[in-house]
Amino acid sequence: MATFKEFRNNVKPNWCPGCGDFSVQAAIQRAAANVGLEPENLAIVSGIGCSGRISGYINSYGFHGIHGRSLPIAQGVKMANRDLTVIASGGDGDGFAIGMGHTIHAIRRNVNITYIVMDNQIYGLTKGQTSPRSAAGFKTKSTPQGSIEQAISPMEMALTAGATFVAQSFSTDLKDLTALIEAGIKHDGFSLINVFSPCVTYNKVNTYDWFKENLTKLSDVEGYDPSSRELAMQTLMKHSGLVTGLIYQDTERKSYQELLSGYSETPLSQADLELDQAHFDKLAAEFM
Amino acid sequence: MINQLSWKVGGQQGEGIESTGEIFSIALNRLGYYLYGYRHFSSRIKGGHTNNKIRVSTSQIRSISDDLDILVAFDQETIDLNYKELHDKGIMIADAKFDPKQPEDTNAVLFAVPFTEIATELGTSLMKNMVAVGATCAVLNLDIKVFEEVVQEIFGRKGQQVVDKNMEAIQAGFDFMKEKLSDNVELMELEKADGMKRLFMIGNDAIALGALAGGCRFMAAYPITPASEIMEYLIKKLPGLGGSVIQTEDEIAAVTMAIGANYAGVRSLTASAGPGLSLKMEAIGLSGITETPLVIVDTQRGGPSTGLPTKQEQSDLMAMIYGTHGEIPKIVLAPSTVQEAFYDTAEAFNLAEEYQCPVIILSDLQLSLGKQTVEPLDFSKVEIRRGKLVTEELPEIENKGYFKRFEVTEDGVSPRVIPGMKNGIHHVTGVEHDETGKPSESAANRNAQMDKRFRKVENIKFNTPVHKNAPHEEADLLIVGFNSTRGVIEEAMGRIEQDGIKVNHAQVRLIHPFPTDELLPLVKTAKKIAVVENNATGQLANIMKMNVGHAEKVYKLLKYDGNPFLPHEIHTKCKELF
Repeated sequence: MATFKEFRNNVKPNWCPGCGDFSVQAAIQRAAANVGLEPENLAIVSGIGCSGRISGYINSYGFHGIHGRSLPIAQGVKMANRDLTVIASGGDGDGFAIGMGHTIHAIRRNVNITYIVMDNQIYGLTKGQTSPRSAAGFKTKSTPQGSIEQAISPMEMALTAGATFVAQSFSTDLKDLTALIEAGIKHDGFSLINVFSPCVTYNKVNTYDWFKENLTKLSDVEGYDPSSRELAMQTLMKHSGLVTGLIYQDTERKSYQELLSGYSETPLSQADLELDQAHFDKLAAEFM
Repeated sequence: MINQLSWKVGGQQGEGIESTGEIFSIALNRLGYYLYGYRHFSSRIKGGHTNNKIRVSTSQIRSISDDLDILVAFDQETIDLNYKELHDKGIMIADAKFDPKQPEDTNAVLFAVPFTEIATELGTSLMKNMVAVGATCAVLNLDIKVFEEVVQEIFGRKGQQVVDKNMEAIQAGFDFMKEKLSDNVELMELEKADGMKRLFMIGNDAIALGALAGGCRFMAAYPITPASEIMEYLIKKLPGLGGSVIQTEDEIAAVTMAIGANYAGVRSLTASAGPGLSLKMEAIGLSGITETPLVIVDTQRGGPSTGLPTKQEQSDLMAMIYGTHGEIPKIVLAPSTVQEAFYDTAEAFNLAEEYQCPVIILSDLQLSLGKQTVEPLDFSKVEIRRGKLVTEELPEIENKGYFKRFEVTEDGVSPRVIPGMKNGIHHVTGVEHDETGKPSESAANRNAQMDKRFRKVENIKFNTPVHKNAPHEEADLLIVGFNSTRGVIEEAMGRIEQDGIKVNHAQVRLIHPFPTDELLPLVKTAKKIAVVENNATGQLANIMKMNVGHAEKVYKLLKYDGNPFLPHEIHTKCKELF
């Protein structure tokens, strides 16, 4: 069995010192080892942005695609090989701006992959513009007067889109984050994990201290039950979305692959590509 | 006796025009006739004029005819819009229900037949198209028995009574029309066909069947005219092979999902038309730089933007060759017949894996949707070649080194492993990268990787890059086209030859990399070159000039009004060059 160290490679991340993404990288490595994966059976697909580089920083198969498209690529990988563990990842700009369409539809499609968003409420790689997660009034290079747009509430949005696994974490809570990623990988369906991962260079508002002050752990909320969608929605609204932990899980609904008629039980990538002559003749005869 | 017939049925969309043509065609195809159908339709579900023009012949035809023998009309609009196509001895058969008016400036005769009334008396007005088929048979002096099998297949599951009623409707139409035909109307009796069983399909069917035969097991696509039939066919067939089709949220998801599945080792397809291809461009670049195999179908239609979504055009050529930002190796194929659409699609999956690059199969609306008789497809010609896909066990790499997925090799193609393989771990990125896939901005590496990628396609092996019909060593005229114009050029060629002009024909099937060496001898030995294409700027002509030279000999023969070329148009315009 592989240990988390075997999921480390010899590439030095180009993230700023103190970036929240380091903890996400460590948590993925630990979770992968904890669920018993071997490096070659993990595929990490990522988008564009600082966080998008993560697929190159873990010793596993990695695919660094184009901006906003990690989810369809990841779903394609999973459809091709259902035995692989597939993690899609990227930032809040990648998943909630340019890739928002894919996010909503991946949630409702429910392909069995895990999506980890590193949410820093800003565009870091392009040196500090507003993101769809930036709060109203947030001042950046692209919103010098303060943002006049409403921030997206990704957790509430996921619930309304029919999500079967919704969780949120804070990058410094390595233990909790690791446990959530493990649970997400094990979940039979699409799991969304939004991780508050502070940008120490460009976001001077949503800092580590700010999150520590404002986040509520769901484990501290009395009577919280992640199987209740209604309670999940109420709690998110009450705390303005600033909660961490497993928000909602539906263990009843089957994944896309389970529901898909005729879909190969073994990895499609191992399927025989040859048709036999009789099969072809039958197909051709339908056009006569 | 005649050896070919042109028949058109028209009415309001949603009125059963499609099924009237379908029943007529299937029955005649089974008798051994060669059929060629072209639908005129609008981008709406109900309403709006639609027609289905079907040509029947005792020999292979791949073009719409210049004129029309019989027009079946379910409304006056059909008559008004189409009667001019009828020749002097043409016949109009119209539903008496709308009190059809005979246009003044035609010698074609109008017969009012109570399609709707007869059908209603027999049970339901829905059978009016059967009455129309029967009336047609009277003009052709065709025994209506030929429809028994088809009617049984279509209505059998609704019970024998429905089958019988439909046959009665055909008989009633036949009887009514027979009585009306006077002695001075010439019957249009077709010569007997050879009775051979042949396929009857649209180009999109052949593309989809070719994909199945070529090992495609996953498709991601977004609905669009005129490409959706490919997805709809594969949705029916792929589950039987363990595969699937995902209808995605958009065109970008479709192409990137196909890239993901190809990366993970499954031959995967996406198909669209121009608007979809525009959206897919960034991802096609990703396939190029990451050397991920990808097969994409572009069924061209009238552009730009939404353009003429249900009309014929060939204006995506430049976009398919040069559409992505940056520079990538790419292969663009342009089958010119339904058979080629089948073989080329199957082969596209081999090329995509052998050269590890995007392969675009260019089609056009006329090829994709024109339903026609097709000679049997030879499945033994289809082979599966997976290029440098590594299947044997790999040795361990020390110190967590990555597998050299992008190794610089002599032919530019690197060994390819798919996720799940032990000791094959590497990184894939759309960022310029080194041999293991790690991002690199080094100038030397950039040159090495760019050169390696382009080396792959320097010597593309494709069986027939140009379809040639060149009977003359020295020709007065070389006609060049691509995709569906093949049939109309072939037909016009005979007529031009009769005018004493020596004509050679080249239909370009490998659009990119351009088959200059194949074409050059024909270009050199021709006095003039007419490049026939359905676009306004002469894209193929321009590409030819760029690659083959001899620009002074090249004439552009263009049509971009949304309609396919007719044989007489090519004939006339070519004659004008001399």
